[in-house]
Amino acid sequence: MKTLNRRDFGVAVAAAILLPATTARADDMEVHIDNFVFQPAELKIKLGTTVTWTNRDDIPHTIVSAGKFRSKTLDTDDKFSFTFTNAGDYKYFCSLHPHMTGMIKVE
Amino acid sequence: MSGHDHGDDGVSRRKVLECMTWAGTGVLWTITGGVPRSLGIIDSAQAATATAPGMTFLQISDSHVGFDKPANPNALGTLEEAVNKINAMPAKPSFMIHTGDITHLSKAAEFDNADRIISQTKLDVHYVPGEHDFLDEEVKFYRERYGRGTKGAGWYSFDAGGVHFIGLVNVVDLKAGGLGNLGAEQLAWLEDDLRGKSKSTPIVLFAHIPLWTVYPEWGWGTEDGGRALERVKGFGSVTVLNGHIHQVMQKVEGNVTFHTARSTAFPQPAPGAAPSPGPMKVEDARLRGMLGVASINFKQNEQRLAIIDTPLQG
Repeated sequence: MKTLNRRDFGVAVAAAILLPATTARADDMEVHIDNFVFQPAELKIKLGTTVTWTNRDDIPHTIVSAGKFRSKTLDTDDKFSFTFTNAGDYKYFCSLHPHMTGMIKVE
Repeated sequence: MSGHDHGDDGVSRRKVLECMTWAGTGVLWTITGGVPRSLGIIDSAQAATATAPGMTFLQISDSHVGFDKPANPNALGTLEEAVNKINAMPAKPSFMIHTGDITHLSKAAEFDNADRIISQTKLDVHYVPGEHDFLDEEVKFYRERYGRGTKGAGWYSFDAGGVHFIGLVNVVDLKAGGLGNLGAEQLAWLEDDLRGKSKSTPIVLFAHIPLWTVYPEWGWGTEDGGRALERVKGFGSVTVLNGHIHQVMQKVEGNVTFHTARSTAFPQPAPGAAPSPGPMKVEDARLRGMLGVASINFKQNEQRLAIIDTPLQG
């Protein structure tokens, strides 16, 4: 067994920390708000996934899932992220324009 | 279109819509015994003389101070133009109502700028909030400025010129998938507020989101608006004034006249005419024809009401 010198050990540790983070980022999902619609309106994701919403309208919107998460008011191009650590169905809506609804299914 | 007169046979939905297309240049409406008659197209000079005597008040709406997107990069500037137009009216109105979305993002500076401009009218202004006025983290800026003496989220009533005015709030506690919302507490208060009022008292209900269902696909309506309207059914003259949809729409049902005002900031598309109700970019030359204010006149003894929509230009 090869003995790690101090420098190699540092590289190995850094890789061990970075790798899972990189993998998780690849799984992260995006939802866009365009024309008062969440796109996609329904998203199936794996446990631990972070979903980022981006408001691309000229009008502010919010992302609210009762009792689960609530964004601040998102002006044009503002983003909101939430990491889903529990399985289940998360219905959400815009509290300013409640006809705008969406769903995140966490498996 | 002068001399366009609906006569005494009432107004069909088609005819109301036909008149609405002319509202951009100002149509004088009078209500006699609950039956509206269009007195034809008028220019603003005639409108001014037509509104006297009686009590006249103004409706201003959706000033969205802070909005700076392509549909109107200077919403504060067009608000100022509207105020200049109000100040130039030959007959000073008694007061003004503002049907919400004073600001775009509920920032303190936006409220301050709106007030700096609107106060130049030197008129009393009775406000109701729009959803854009409750966006600050603590939801306090609107209440601090305009909530004094109001109930709940900001509803209240007052009397002026023999007319009973009721300002309602339908922009809070909205439910997923739903429309505007008044809520049980406010409806109970409304019932209480109207108790003992003579049925001949003219009633004006005003709120941000239309109390009638204009286009539910875009959320243009109020979930329990019908329950508010039930409570004013027995009154001889009811006028419902709203904003939110940034365009003039009018509907008459029995003794109730529904009317929405233009925005002073940016136009929105006609229902279903675009992928979304968002700000509509029009050619610069057309913008001011799609922004404006409304003037409402009561001639007390005749129980007559007239609404004149005046664009900033055209």
